[in-house]
Amino acid sequence: MRMLVVEDDVEAQRYLVNGLREAGHVVDDAGDGEIGLTLALSRPYDVAVIDRMLPKLDGLQLVQEMREHGNATPVLFLSALSEVDDRVKGLKAGGDDYLTKPYAFVELLARIDALMRRRHPSAVKTRLQVGDLELDLLTRAARRGATSIELQPREFRLLEYLMRHAGQVVTRTMLLESVWEYHFDPQTNVIDVHISRLRAKIDKGFDVPLLHTVRGAGYMIRAKA
Amino acid sequence: MIGFRLFRTLAFRIALAYLGIFAISTSALVAFTYWNSKRALDAETDQTIDAEMAGLTEQYERLGLGGLVDVLNGRSIHSNQSLYILIGPRGHELAGNLDAWPQTTKAGGGYVQFDYERRVGPNLERHPARGLTLKLMGGFQLLVARDVHERYETERLFTTTLPWSVALMLLLGLIGGAVMSRNLINRLDTINNTSREIMAGDLSRRVPRNRSGDEFDALAQNLNQMLDRIERLMKGMREVTDSVAHDLRTPLNRLRNRIEGTLKHLPPDGAEAAQIEAAVAETDRLIATFNALLLIAEAEAGVAGNAMSRLDLSAIARDIWELYAPVAEEKGVALEIAPGGVVEVDGNGNLLSQALANLVDNAIKYTPSGGSVTIAVSPTPQGAVLSVSDTGPGIPEEDRARVVERFVRLEASRNSPGTGLGLSLVAAVAQLHNARLELSDNAPGLKAEIVFGRTN
Repeated sequence: MRMLVVEDDVEAQRYLVNGLREAGHVVDDAGDGEIGLTLALSRPYDVAVIDRMLPKLDGLQLVQEMREHGNATPVLFLSALSEVDDRVKGLKAGGDDYLTKPYAFVELLARIDALMRRRHPSAVKTRLQVGDLELDLLTRAARRGATSIELQPREFRLLEYLMRHAGQVVTRTMLLESVWEYHFDPQTNVIDVHISRLRAKIDKGFDVPLLHTVRGAGYMIRAKA
Repeated sequence: MIGFRLFRTLAFRIALAYLGIFAISTSALVAFTYWNSKRALDAETDQTIDAEMAGLTEQYERLGLGGLVDVLNGRSIHSNQSLYILIGPRGHELAGNLDAWPQTTKAGGGYVQFDYERRVGPNLERHPARGLTLKLMGGFQLLVARDVHERYETERLFTTTLPWSVALMLLLGLIGGAVMSRNLINRLDTINNTSREIMAGDLSRRVPRNRSGDEFDALAQNLNQMLDRIERLMKGMREVTDSVAHDLRTPLNRLRNRIEGTLKHLPPDGAEAAQIEAAVAETDRLIATFNALLLIAEAEAGVAGNAMSRLDLSAIARDIWELYAPVAEEKGVALEIAPGGVVEVDGNGNLLSQALANLVDNAIKYTPSGGSVTIAVSPTPQGAVLSVSDTGPGIPEEDRARVVERFVRLEASRNSPGTGLGLSLVAAVAQLHNARLELSDNAPGLKAEIVFGRTN
């Protein structure tokens, strides 16, 4: 995928760009807002990762200008400012996601993947399927093979999110934000406990485990191990 | 409600006081005038009566009874207000313009009062009169009097109109006072309302001025200048916090990235990888501590960036309950939520969720297996109470003030994971919401309450 990284801190930029290239993406970089804007408007990108505090033209304004020019490239903001307000400002300016520093690289990758998927949305689904696990979004029912599975409303939403991102790493923070709509960091591994319950319901007693833990990153639901 | 509020305001009380003083002074003045006039009129009447009597007495002494009768007859023809009657020993009338000796009552000072009938136009009216009597030799009696009808009428006018005038004056005064007070209240209200909005977080507001140069305007101007200064200070503080955040977070970010970067070059299951992962975990803890500290500092400073809105505490409680229910169950602790309806407060949903999560997390952490933790939301007259009670070891009374400070961990829990910042954050969030964190004995266990007060 083609990516644009706009970050003024040299080391952070190098780290980001290298990491993304190693993950298989083609990456262009810019060290200030003006160059960033020029690049964003002159070439097509799949995702742009933009730092909020930039010299010459700050991140928010950069994205606003992009949107005013009709550019709809998904934007992931990086920022040291972590207030919910700042997040809202970022999203209002036209950003699609917001990640606060310091962040884990896997988190960044996971979110970029999610953004790219959003870019090419498939038709509205009424059913999700991974392996022999089926989720009916209309009747709110789950089944694996021939067995029907009882899920609480929150467990259903959790499974739905995982299945919508099937094959991708989903981090704990992403789950906390999307399934519970929280923007803080709970001390204990609350999410892990919810996941292990879900796992007990959908994997235990079946041949092929679908819900995997990705060490140091998060979780993934996938048919192949 | 403007009606009752009006009576409690200083403006109205001052108006009432002025009105009272004015009413009393005016009434006193009018009463004095009346009394004085009455006295003067009375004096005049009495003087006339005395003069008449003196004159007639002189005539009697000079000319005898016959002369007196002549004089009386003469005077009777020309008089209008003067009344005379002379009667003989057997009560028959000898002279005068009265028909008969009237029924008299003593009126003080030797004078007498009586009523008589007088033809006025086509009517026969009953008028009051005041006079003097004199006993002459031989059993004759002389009565000299003046018709005091007009005077009594005047007096009646005073005594009836005076109370009505005072009443009217009081009424007009009350209305005028109320109108003026309302005016004052409105001007004060604009100042008060603006102040409240500012305290609620909108530092950009200013007190409106009407540039009239009066005391209120001067007050408004001073308040606005004060607000300008405060806004500048808060903006400065916010900028400092933002740049501190940025300046500290950037190196932390780099540190984490570097450490994590080395993982790529190591075999994933080796001992080195495990060490590096542990280092990353420590870095994450460091970052979490830093974030929590920053959040506490901002909450304590009441930085206006934290947006407040009307929200339902019960909904927040339910969500947190649901989030932590599996964690509690895993540990064998019963996590319960007390049933209740919608309880609304003004607040920041994210901060309140975090605070409640900290309390619940602590409660579950410190309650041994088999115990229970209960979340409850209840409305109070001042606002609401959000409480988390557990059946764990609790916090000794002497430590309760200390645990809210940063980094304090009690001896008993020194070895369990935690930053020691959880309760500080809860206290800071409470303060931001005009609430207090209260720790008490749940007998057994700890009861932590966030008591919301002063919600409007």
